[in-house]
This record gives sequence, structure tokens and C-alpha cells, in this order.
Amino acid sequence: MSEGVVWLTIFVLSVFVGTEVISKVSSTLHTPLMSGANAIHGIILLGAVIVTGTTESTVALVVGLVAIVLAAINMVGGFVVTDRMLQMFSRRKPRPAPAERTER
Amino acid sequence: MPTWVQLVYLGCAVCFVLALKGLSGPRTARLGNLVGAGGAVVAVTVPFLYLELDHVPQMLAAIAVGSGVGVVGARKVQMTQMPQMVALFNGVGGGAAALVALLELQHMGAGTPAFDLVATAFTIVVGSVSFAGSAITFAKLQELMTSRPVVFPGLPVAFAAALLGGVGLSVLVVLEASLALGVVLALVGLALGVLLVLPVGGADVPIVISLLNAFTGLTVAAGGYVLGSVVLLVGGTLVGAAGTFLTLLMARAMGRSVANILFGALRGGSTLGAGEASDRPVRSSGPEDVAILLAYADRVIVVPGYGLAVAQAQHTLRELVELLLARGAKVDYAIHPVAGRMPGHMNVLLAEAQVPYEQLAEMDDINGEFKQTDVVLVVGANDVVNPAARTTPSAPIYGMPILDVDQARQVVFLKRSMRPGFAGIENELLFDPRTTLLFGDAKDSLAKLLAAVKSL
Repeated sequence: MSEGVVWLTIFVLSVFVGTEVISKVSSTLHTPLMSGANAIHGIILLGAVIVTGTTESTVALVVGLVAIVLAAINMVGGFVVTDRMLQMFSRRKPRPAPAERTER
Repeated sequence: MPTWVQLVYLGCAVCFVLALKGLSGPRTARLGNLVGAGGAVVAVTVPFLYLELDHVPQMLAAIAVGSGVGVVGARKVQMTQMPQMVALFNGVGGGAAALVALLELQHMGAGTPAFDLVATAFTIVVGSVSFAGSAITFAKLQELMTSRPVVFPGLPVAFAAALLGGVGLSVLVVLEASLALGVVLALVGLALGVLLVLPVGGADVPIVISLLNAFTGLTVAAGGYVLGSVVLLVGGTLVGAAGTFLTLLMARAMGRSVANILFGALRGGSTLGAGEASDRPVRSSGPEDVAILLAYADRVIVVPGYGLAVAQAQHTLRELVELLLARGAKVDYAIHPVAGRMPGHMNVLLAEAQVPYEQLAEMDDINGEFKQTDVVLVVGANDVVNPAARTTPSAPIYGMPILDVDQARQVVFLKRSMRPGFAGIENELLFDPRTTLLFGDAKDSLAKLLAAVKSL
């Protein structure tokens, strides 16, 4: 199998996985899911690091550092804000359930 | 690349799959997000360990700056402004991807495989679209500019020209691999992003955020291919696929097609609503009268909207509902899928006010119950209860499933003014004889209602 086809295979399978894993999401979680997915593409930070770390010219270094800052905002901010949202969903679990509901 | 590095990257890619899987269930969501974050942090650490990288101190400083900005922004943002925040984070990600692709382009030349150049050109142009488009969505939601569709006569032509220019320049970049062409391509991408989002009305902007999110995912995937990085390819593709799917789900919840949302305003201006307050007569009353209605009702449904969140009145509303429950009424919150400024946004806002999850009813579950409902209390919502979605084919929200509030015995609207909702169209229900309006700031009105019900 040629290398290009390997990449294509990974891509196609990832498309199916990406749609399959979220196919049953309830509308309640649309906002955190969108925000979490948004954070995941912040992984471009990895690409920015690799490119910037192997660059020679000053201009390229500056551009690379800008890319790193932007990508880090995307990745770190994205995960933190998603966690903050989800924290609110789980916070009320410790609250005692009303008496009439406990027998369920 | 050493085998252990490849295996670690594989583990990180699996983390992203698990993250999305976790995020789609209420119980696993938080863990899922943490797994994703863990995978991302590990993946970013790896190149520092096995590659002989230059400029390490500067890069670490840049990461620290970006992380600091991200954390502060994420902590400080109000829950009502969440859609803008997601747009902003998405935009900078797209911008980063475009810059990375530009840096890659300078190393490319005649010997570079054509498909690498195609992927690079794609990343540059779509990343720029995502960056500029997100900036405009941010401006619209933050009300730095009008949230109404912006259409000018030459817009379709300009858009078509930018689109053709983008495609043409991409072809040139593939043939030539010159950095100068790449920069021009990025500029065309920026213009394209602006032109794409300008004609979209404020109510539809969340769909665009979701779409741009998917775009950024795909650019990251293409960037991953160029860099030979499996994590980027898998992570980006997952987001691209999931984001596209999510966009279609949201569009369906609004009863619209994505094409209609993006280009509807170009075709006929049908998404341009009235936008003006009407002076037709309505029935309004004071808090005391509304309190009597509520206090003696057996079945009450509350319909919260974005106006509630803007007034920061969620806590007062919860107190009022708890009081009514204590008096023996059956009370639920009816949550429209697109209540708030983004699908699922209202759930986040009510969760912030510690409203019990069991009291939140989804639209399909509660729509049958409005017929037996004594009073519906609509707080700061408008478009999601507007019967025009059913009856007026020319209305921009026509076809959107709505909460069947008009079937209840009594409807009470808490409104600041007669100004129409985000979609900019008048709501016939306001003029219905069964409807009562209580004017004022939502928090203020709810506090007065609370006091009035207590004193009964």
C-alpha cells in the first residue's frame, strides 16, 4: 500500500468515527460538544511547534511564534472553557433529591 | 520518527476519539473533555523530547502567553457570551493553521508532490476563511456591528469573484509553490470569510460558528497530512466530521438548510425582518395580576429565552418556580433546542443557576402538554414561540419547529419592550386575547412577581 493511500485510509476512517461517536448527542450538550471539538483542533499547536522549531529566518520565526500563541489560545482556552461549562452540569449532583423522588 | 513517538501519537489520537465520545453523553462529558485535554498536552510535549528543536525558549514563552490569554478568557467570559468565545477560539485556531501552512510553503518547491501543495493551499485559504469569518461572527454576537444580515448590491458578485480568485490562486500555488502567491491566497481567504458571514442574520450565526469550526478541523487535518503528523490528521478530521454533522443537526432543529442559512439573504432578503416596534394594541398588566394568574394555576410551563440570561435573572426565576412548586403547582421549563444564542446554550445558562436537570423538558417531550397548561410564562424568548414559523411562509423562521405555547389557556410574556426578537419579526401571539404582557427588565419583573406571589 502506498503511503498516500495509508493517509487517505486514516482520513476516511476518521470521518466515520467522527460522525459515529457523536451521532446520539442530545441538544442539551450541543454547546459543550462544539466547544470541546473546537479545543481539539487546537492541536494545530503541535504543528506550529514543529514548523517553528525547525525554521531559520527571523521573519519565519516571528510568524511561527504568532501561530503558536494563537494555537495555544485555541487549545488551552477551549478545554478550560468547556470544562467550566460542564462543571455547571455536574455541580448539582451532590444536592439531596426531593423526598418524594427517592423511592424511584 | 522513533516508534515510541508514533505510539504516543496514536494514544493521543485515541484520546480525541474518546473525548468526543465522552462529550456526547451528560455523565461522561466532563471526563471526556479532560481526556481530550490530556491527549493534546502530551502530543504537544512529545516533539520537545525527541526532536532537536531550535528556539525552544521563545516557543515555550509563546505557549505560556497563549495559554495565559486562553485561560483568562475562558475564566472571565460570561456564560451568556459563550458563543462569541467559541467563535474567537475557533478563529485563532484557523489563523494558526493558515500561518503554519504558509511556513511550510516556503520549504516547498518543484520537487514537492502535488497533493502536498493541494493540502497546503487548502489549509491557507480555508484557515483564513475561518479566521475572518469567526471575527465577523464575534463582532455580530458581541454587537460590535449590527446583528442583522448585511447585504449590499455587489455582494454576490464580490463573493463569486473571491471564490473564483481563491480557487484560481490555489491552482497557481500548486503549480508554482511560491510564498508570495500563498500570502495573496491568504488575503483572498480573509475576504472570502468576511463576505461569507456578512449576509448571515444574527439568529443564524451559531450555525455558522459550527460550520467554521468544522472548516478549521479540516484545515488542521490537511496541515497534518503536509507535516506527516497522524495526530493532527485524526484530530482535525474528527472535528471536521463531527462539526459538519453537528451543523446539520442544528440546521434541522431550526428547520432550515445550511445553504438557506448562508445564502438566504442574498437570494431575496427574506431574512430581513421588520425590526421596528409595532404600535398595535396589546394587553399588559402589572405584576400583581400576573402573580394571581400564576399562584392559582395547577400547571405552569416556563419558556426561558436569551433575554432572561441577559438580565441575569436565572436565579430569580428559579426562586419563583420553587415557590410555585411549593404551592403545589406542576412546573417545568420548556427548552427549545436553539434557545439562547446557540443550541444547548439555555441548558448551560440554567445549569449555572442550579436549576434541577429534571425540570428541564425538551421541546418534543413537552409540546403535547401545552394544551393542558393553565399558564405559560415566557421570559425573554420570542422567536422560539412565534407561530409565524408555522403559518407565514415568508417569515425567515418559517419551518422552524417551535414550542406550541399558543395552545395554552393563558400566556404571559415578560418583555422589555415591543421590539421583535433576534430574527427581527413580529410575533402574532403578543396580540392574542389570551396573552398578557408584563413590561420591564426580566430580573426586576421576576422579583416583583416573586414578592407578589409570596404575599398571596
